[in-house]
Amino acid sequence: MSKNSEKNSKQPLLEARGITKKFGAITALEDVNMKLYPNEVLGVVGDNGAGKSTLMKILSGLYKQSSGELFFEGNKINLESPRNAQDIGIEMVYQDLALAGNLSIHENIYLGREPGLKFFGMKIVDSVLSRKMAAEHLKKLHIEVKSVEQNVENLSGGQAQAVAIARATAFNSRVVVMDEPTAALAIKEVGKVLDLIKNLKQQGVSVILISHRLDDVFYVCDRVMSLFHGKNFEEAPLAKTNRNEVIGWLMGTKGHTKSLAHDRID
Amino acid sequence: MNNITKKLSNFFASKFFEKWGVFGVVILMMIIITYLQPDVFLSIQNLTNILRQTAMNALLALGLFLVIVTAGIDLSVGSIMALSLMLLTLADISGFPWPIVILIGPAVGIFIGMINGFGLTVLRLPHPFIMTLGTLYSVRGITNLITGGRPVTGVSNEIRFLGSGEIPIPGLGPFGSIPISALVVFISYGAIAYFLSKFATGRHIYAVGGNPHAARVSGINVDRILLLVYALSGFFAGMAALLMAGRTGSGFPNAGIGAELDAIAAVIIGGASFFGGRGTVVGVFAGVLVMGLLRNGLNLMNVSAFWQQTLIGIIVIAAVYVDVLRRKSGNRA
Repeated sequence: MSKNSEKNSKQPLLEARGITKKFGAITALEDVNMKLYPNEVLGVVGDNGAGKSTLMKILSGLYKQSSGELFFEGNKINLESPRNAQDIGIEMVYQDLALAGNLSIHENIYLGREPGLKFFGMKIVDSVLSRKMAAEHLKKLHIEVKSVEQNVENLSGGQAQAVAIARATAFNSRVVVMDEPTAALAIKEVGKVLDLIKNLKQQGVSVILISHRLDDVFYVCDRVMSLFHGKNFEEAPLAKTNRNEVIGWLMGTKGHTKSLAHDRID
Repeated sequence: MNNITKKLSNFFASKFFEKWGVFGVVILMMIIITYLQPDVFLSIQNLTNILRQTAMNALLALGLFLVIVTAGIDLSVGSIMALSLMLLTLADISGFPWPIVILIGPAVGIFIGMINGFGLTVLRLPHPFIMTLGTLYSVRGITNLITGGRPVTGVSNEIRFLGSGEIPIPGLGPFGSIPISALVVFISYGAIAYFLSKFATGRHIYAVGGNPHAARVSGINVDRILLLVYALSGFFAGMAALLMAGRTGSGFPNAGIGAELDAIAAVIIGGASFFGGRGTVVGVFAGVLVMGLLRNGLNLMNVSAFWQQTLIGIIVIAAVYVDVLRRKSGNRA
């Protein structure tokens, strides 16, 4: 029994092996490996153009890798579209949130997957059920909004981010990939979103967090990996590294210490 | 004083005004015209006349509205209407049975609409303005090639019935009847309003207009939605052709020149956003009525048709300016 659970905990939930992505003559990713374990928050860091977003778009089915393989719970998967990834249980929260501002909160949460009845291939939306499900789901995530009827364009940045996260978790997803979820937020809203990520982990969702903000990474992540110029650079459990070392990884140096930092504050 | 302006700006910013404000304009116009022409305007004959005259613009505007909700534009509806009109009148006078003739208009419309859709989704032309400008010219050219530029007359009675027939309503006197063409308009508007608000695909049309990227990553087939709205726009142009054949009893290859602009004007007056994602079917209907009432009122007062053009232009600008003010006050609130 204990041996079995030992084995299970070693099995990555989501794994990328040897991922290469080329856009014409440009190689955005080269032979990148990544493992995400169950119930883990993985921070992915790297400078602009390091390939973080490209990797995440491959994991969420928006891009197709040029070569390399993806595995979910040890089984090889082929992601042809975001819908494909969603069906497997991988959801993405895009940096621009990918919400339709002219639609209400509940419509955004279930956009493309509305509850309702199908007649001859046409679906009539059950908007009463949609509202009810949305309200319950938001409550479960401790997200407060005035009403699920509000249009998303009338929400604050943090609220919109919370709706995007609610959307990503509305169908019992196993993995949520978040691209810079706090980059556009007012400072007082950052904490709420990070707590929401912790909340997801408690509910058994694994999270991949792409962030420039090391404060965020060190607040919520269990492990951090870095990309540099489209390749794996370094990774470590959070407990075994520190901010200065991770800053070094961003710049492509290992063994970076406080004394080397150009902007150290003592 | 300050209080009043604040209340006023709050009212302009309200959802109620967004949805029903243009009906205020319709009612205001009706009051003014009634005051100026009390004997003629409110006669049932005149009112049904307005419904009949606006029917074609109403159908074209409905199709264009669907396209505009996706942040697109369809310039080709006037040409589609002309081609549908000529093909169906030619078929009619050469003896095709009327159930087939009725299908020709909408079928031609759907076909050209699909070509517009293919230009956007397969050829990936950068903006629907370009694709539909192309079909505006080509379809008009084909219409003239087929007919040699000559009109067709002598449309059969069955086809005439749709455009000029009436359903009598008991108790309203000798002129108490609803034109069939108005009925076609009501049914079309009701069906599209229901489709847009209740069907997943209808909501997806709004989503594509609001944020195409969001729609795409939500698993919505954006290309399919675009194909659908351009096909529907063509369909309603074909329906308009059918009504026109019935109303005039003939087909002119020059029919519908500039009709696309009237339809766009009605959609914009009705409060739909040119940038997509915003607007209602009832608003479009009100926009159509504003234009119809303006024409009717000025005709009744024997005002030159040139004034109609001038005033419609001013109303389009004013309608959008009110919307600009509305958004400003909305942001402040």
